[in-house]
Amino acid sequence: MASTPQDLESLVGQKYRHGFITDIDADTVPPGLDEDVIRLISHKKGEPAFLLEWRLKAYRHWLTMKEPHWAHLHYTPIDYQAISYYSAPKARKDAPKSLAEVDPKLLATYDKLGVPLHERARLAGVAVDAVFDSVSVATTFKDRLAKAGVIFCPFSDAVREHPALLEQYLGTVVPHTDNFYAALNSAVFTDGSFVYIPKGVRCPMELSTYFRINAANTGQFERTLIIADEGSHVSYLEGCTAPMRDENQLHAAVVELVALADANIKYSTVQNWYPGDENGVGGIYNFVTKRGECRGRNARISWTQVETGSAITWKYPSCVLLGENSVGEFYSVAVANHFQQADTGTKMIHVGRNTKSTIISKGISAGHAQNTYRGLVKILPSAEGARNYTQCDSLLMGDQCGAHTFPYVEIKHPSATVEHEATTSKIGEDQLFYCLSRGLSAEDAVNMIVSGFCKSVFKELPMEFAVEAQNLLAVSLEGSVG
Amino acid sequence: MTMTPPASNPPLLDIRDLVVSVQGRKVLNGLNLTVRAGEVHAIMGPNGAGKSTLSNVLAGRADYTIEGGQVHYHGEDLLSLPAEQRARRGLFLGFQYPVEIPGVNNVYLLKAALNARRLQQGLPEVDAFEFLALVRDKMKLMQMDESFLHRGVNEGFSGGEKKRNEILQMTVLEPTLAILDETDSGLDIDALKVVANGVNSLKGPDRAIVLVTHYQRLLDHIVPDHVHVLAAGRILKSGDRHLALELERRGYDWVLEEAAA
Repeated sequence: MASTPQDLESLVGQKYRHGFITDIDADTVPPGLDEDVIRLISHKKGEPAFLLEWRLKAYRHWLTMKEPHWAHLHYTPIDYQAISYYSAPKARKDAPKSLAEVDPKLLATYDKLGVPLHERARLAGVAVDAVFDSVSVATTFKDRLAKAGVIFCPFSDAVREHPALLEQYLGTVVPHTDNFYAALNSAVFTDGSFVYIPKGVRCPMELSTYFRINAANTGQFERTLIIADEGSHVSYLEGCTAPMRDENQLHAAVVELVALADANIKYSTVQNWYPGDENGVGGIYNFVTKRGECRGRNARISWTQVETGSAITWKYPSCVLLGENSVGEFYSVAVANHFQQADTGTKMIHVGRNTKSTIISKGISAGHAQNTYRGLVKILPSAEGARNYTQCDSLLMGDQCGAHTFPYVEIKHPSATVEHEATTSKIGEDQLFYCLSRGLSAEDAVNMIVSGFCKSVFKELPMEFAVEAQNLLAVSLEGSVG
Repeated sequence: MTMTPPASNPPLLDIRDLVVSVQGRKVLNGLNLTVRAGEVHAIMGPNGAGKSTLSNVLAGRADYTIEGGQVHYHGEDLLSLPAEQRARRGLFLGFQYPVEIPGVNNVYLLKAALNARRLQQGLPEVDAFEFLALVRDKMKLMQMDESFLHRGVNEGFSGGEKKRNEILQMTVLEPTLAILDETDSGLDIDALKVVANGVNSLKGPDRAIVLVTHYQRLLDHIVPDHVHVLAAGRILKSGDRHLALELERRGYDWVLEEAAA
């Protein structure tokens, strides 16, 4: 009869809803990685010499590096020679000029994901640069953005159309030597997004990219670069889902944000890569390097992430606060269910005077999942008057999962103010029974309780995505409460 | 009190020989109770008598083992229904210690609860305007400030506020059978009157109320038709409202002795 543990288990046991594969011809390079493959990628994309050189430098450095294993993660070793490093929908030369020319199958795929591209674009006023496998196939609202002077395009277009900007900023926030995965990405990245907001411009719409891994065994190496010039504002949303498959897929993205004086970048992520099945088979390995630099006075960078997918998540969106009075923020909801493992958090590096950072992290663990918050707050000797507030809450569902918190704090200036609060709670049988006794289904009850727990992060998401995030959370925890 | 012939007024709640254990310990041991529509029952008894167990078992909490007996509600086998189905069929439990659910809007939970009940009744969902009008009306009755609507469920509420919130929920949901578990505990005399008003507003020929309480003072404001003494896991004695007054005067020991004799 009634309510609890088993029901919760069965609730959390739900299948991934976005598991399907679109049948589109792909132009795929055979598995393996050497300098020739990198030259091939660069050639296929028609890149200038400086970029090829940069890729090769990164590759040669990567060869000297070891895969890091300090995170609280366990997985079978990745065979980097078994991965195909390039896959593009065929006939790139005949790329569609408008949505009408886009392969209807592709549009249908977006529909299944609940992302009706044209509708969303028109109704929500969102520009979508849709990345499908490794090459962008549809870009909307370019004109309106162009009028404002905003550049928002696939990375490969930026390579051809804005090489000077690219050369000036690429790798200046996350250098090609930064870490193992960033070095790999620098060598083999295929596409991503490029954004430039000119001085004093407030970007007239949310910029949004939906990522999706599609071809089997194709690693995804996205690279995103966002530059907000002095006094400009931009809000960017990255959302992803991936189809179901058995082999693990590597995803090693790099995102670089540059905020100049008085600029404001809000970067929101909804990550829903395939997490593996309820037995821990399959799923995406997600090793991501995301970092922003506040380079001028009063600059502000805000990361908001809702991480529900991937078998492995290794991700620490960070802020380097160089400019005086600059502000860094990190709002995170990380959900790990079944056998998912998440090791995520942030780094706030205070360099400038009176810099301020806020970290709100909500970790939810269910099933057999392990969820780790790892965060660094570093106040350098130059950062007089720096302040940080950190709040880290963990919610456990059932007794087979784990929540871990590793906060690192390094303070080199006596005037710094650093606050840290942390809680761990179990989703209460009392809370659940209370909702059931009011007629709510166990599933709705769990969703409601979890949404309440995440409220302070959700309210940071752009309005139109908050609902989507909430739905995603509900889907992710279906069959997982215990 | 008027007694209607059983044929035209079958029991709303019929508990027969109910035996319940918690972690191997028998808490209810052959309990019998019949409640008909239109009635108010008070269940009184010493601490540890099984009062809260009875409330929780009727509402469908899972931590109890039913060892024997039957419970019928509207003629249906109540114990086979999950908790949410019981609620949707009009059974309401007013909690002794209402739990806090941080970040979940009070009004949001209440609306979801009402719509779950309406769905079961084959009624359309209430729209936001209708719902707010209804809730505001009931909040006036409960003398609650509008700010309660937008706070987290019981989040940071005082003990008295939590109890008012329970009764607010009850008046909005209009249950057929309301079981109020020590709703009076922790209330000052003014709050007690407000809560009693709320409960009395629900009385009607189609509903029944079961008050689980330690004290007679609640019964000054909500007059019961039947008073039962629950002790040692059974109803040891039943009577009318005068029994409550007698218990107030003499305590419970004499009932236990009488039962043992």
